[in-house]
Amino acid sequence: MSEIILSAKNINKSFHDPVDVKILSDISFEITKGEFVSVIGKSGCGKSTLLYILSTMDTDYEGDLYINNELMKNKKESELAIVRNEYIGFVFQFHYLLNEFNVLENVMLPGLKLNKYSKEEVEYRAMEKLKMLGIENEALKKANQLSGGQKQRVSIARSLINDPLIIMGDEPTGNLDNKNSLIVFDIFKELAEVYNQTLLIVTHDQSFAANTKRIIEMADGRIIRQ
Amino acid sequence: MSSLLIKIAKELLLARWKQTLVAAIGVTFSISMFVALLSFMNGLNDLLDGLILNRTAHVRIYNEIKPSKNQAINLSSQFQKSHNFINSIKSSSSRLSIYNTEHIFEILDKDKRVLGYAPKISAQVFFTYGTLAITGAINGIDVTAESKLFSFKDYVTAGNAADLKNVPNSIILGKGLAEKLMANIGDVVQINTTDGNLMPLKVVGVFQSGLQDLDKVQSYSSIATAQKLMGKSNNYLTDIQVKLIDIKQAPKIAKEYAALFDCDAEDIQTANSQFETGSTVRTIISYSVGVVLLIVAGFGIYNILNMLIYEKMDTIAILKATGFSGSDVKKIFIYIALSIGIFGGLLGVLFGFGFSVIIDNIPFNTPSLPTIKTFPINYKALYYLIGIVFSLVTTYMAGFFPARKASKIDPVNIIRGK
Repeated sequence: MSEIILSAKNINKSFHDPVDVKILSDISFEITKGEFVSVIGKSGCGKSTLLYILSTMDTDYEGDLYINNELMKNKKESELAIVRNEYIGFVFQFHYLLNEFNVLENVMLPGLKLNKYSKEEVEYRAMEKLKMLGIENEALKKANQLSGGQKQRVSIARSLINDPLIIMGDEPTGNLDNKNSLIVFDIFKELAEVYNQTLLIVTHDQSFAANTKRIIEMADGRIIRQ
Repeated sequence: MSSLLIKIAKELLLARWKQTLVAAIGVTFSISMFVALLSFMNGLNDLLDGLILNRTAHVRIYNEIKPSKNQAINLSSQFQKSHNFINSIKSSSSRLSIYNTEHIFEILDKDKRVLGYAPKISAQVFFTYGTLAITGAINGIDVTAESKLFSFKDYVTAGNAADLKNVPNSIILGKGLAEKLMANIGDVVQINTTDGNLMPLKVVGVFQSGLQDLDKVQSYSSIATAQKLMGKSNNYLTDIQVKLIDIKQAPKIAKEYAALFDCDAEDIQTANSQFETGSTVRTIISYSVGVVLLIVAGFGIYNILNMLIYEKMDTIAILKATGFSGSDVKKIFIYIALSIGIFGGLLGVLFGFGFSVIIDNIPFNTPSLPTIKTFPINYKALYYLIGIVFSLVTTYMAGFFPARKASKIDPVNIIRGK
């Protein structure tokens, strides 16, 4: 059995305003290294909420979350930021690149924040990631000069810069046409198979999910199949 | 680490450089106005203070006309234990002259707190002009000491102050007085003392203090001439004007000297208390105007940063999602605010200096102030320092609240909100 990267134990979450509504109840699962997991379910079933809890950005929940065998509860905001920086890579539905910076700088930012490598090394690594994703020619363009598919590839490159334990995606193909969706999926698949990268992708794209190794299906705040 | 935050702050700033420039111009404007206003106000203060204070002794040693403290009956051994009532005591006019002046000079010479001193004789006289007798005052002065300590020379607008010493039996008249007597340089005026002595004195100069009332009655001669005029010996002196190194010590030293020399001593603060009040009020006004300007600029920065934060919600959310903590985001916005402050403040100080120089070169001629040719400016480095510090403090304050708001932005809300 390979090592467990992320484990959720009995995670519950409710919204209290204006009335108590249970969003997630008793979510428990584990993700081991190298797994390519997709979370599917209808809109409003709580899959995105779960993702944000797992990503440590949402701290208002009950239950325990372990990332890299560390309990995330009771950690300070700044400590969680370090966890996100070091262990988690993000790909959102919208690319969320910083338009003030060029592509290369966008990819480099989390790396510079981590401050593990020198600036030159981070730059080299960023170029490697861009090459891997086939967009090294766009490196010096501003983020808003790229097409949608290219932007999403840049945000994948950015999520990879710190060699994260896990890449989390919130509908990464939700805003892309079929062709680009396919490209993004192929990238994820390659990451999982060739680089043994762990991935957790929330999607409602059935065909996308069908091609992943493991599917977690949710309905009404519960896991109904995994 | 912080260099990365500074770089991000810089990029965010440059992305909105027009707004940033407007904010910085606000700071520049208020700081430059603050510096120029303060320099000008204080220049004016110095000028007005100088009008009186620089020409007034810090401590004046003299003998007041007053009834004797030691009435004869109190000194009598027979009545020592009684309570003595004396009615209708009159002031004695025995001596206006200071006793033992040589001894006083010796002590003043030795006193380290004393910058210098100038002896003086002041007396009431009549200037006879035809059938007319005009009352006035004559001051016998030591021209050298008086010029050195009280800038006497600066106020002699016609003739030469040094002639008072060099030409025997000479006099410098106040401008108003000279006009009344229709006396020009080289003319001879007749002077009558209250004791009835008559003496002709040659006019060698005209004096203009800037205070018209003073110029209508005052005149100056050398000490020797005044002594001769009064018919007194050459140790007769009525005043010793002492200038101190630290003006604030004047009240204390005045008391000390009064006891030591057994005479009266008046300090400058008591004699001219209204001037200090005036200066203080003017300083308060200029500081408050400056601070108000800065607060207005501060609100401008606050607004612009707030807008910037609303515009950059996505950026903040993504920075937080990729591992920047709330305090990092806060620092970024504080850096933005401070760089507006530093840039605007430095430029403001430069412009403030420029404005000061311009004001300093505007001609300002007024008949009552013969030594002033342009508007007065005080180039004190302190005002520039205060300007810089104020600009940093206000921009920090203006940046603090928006920055705190930015640090509290929940990235989940932004990212899910799309």
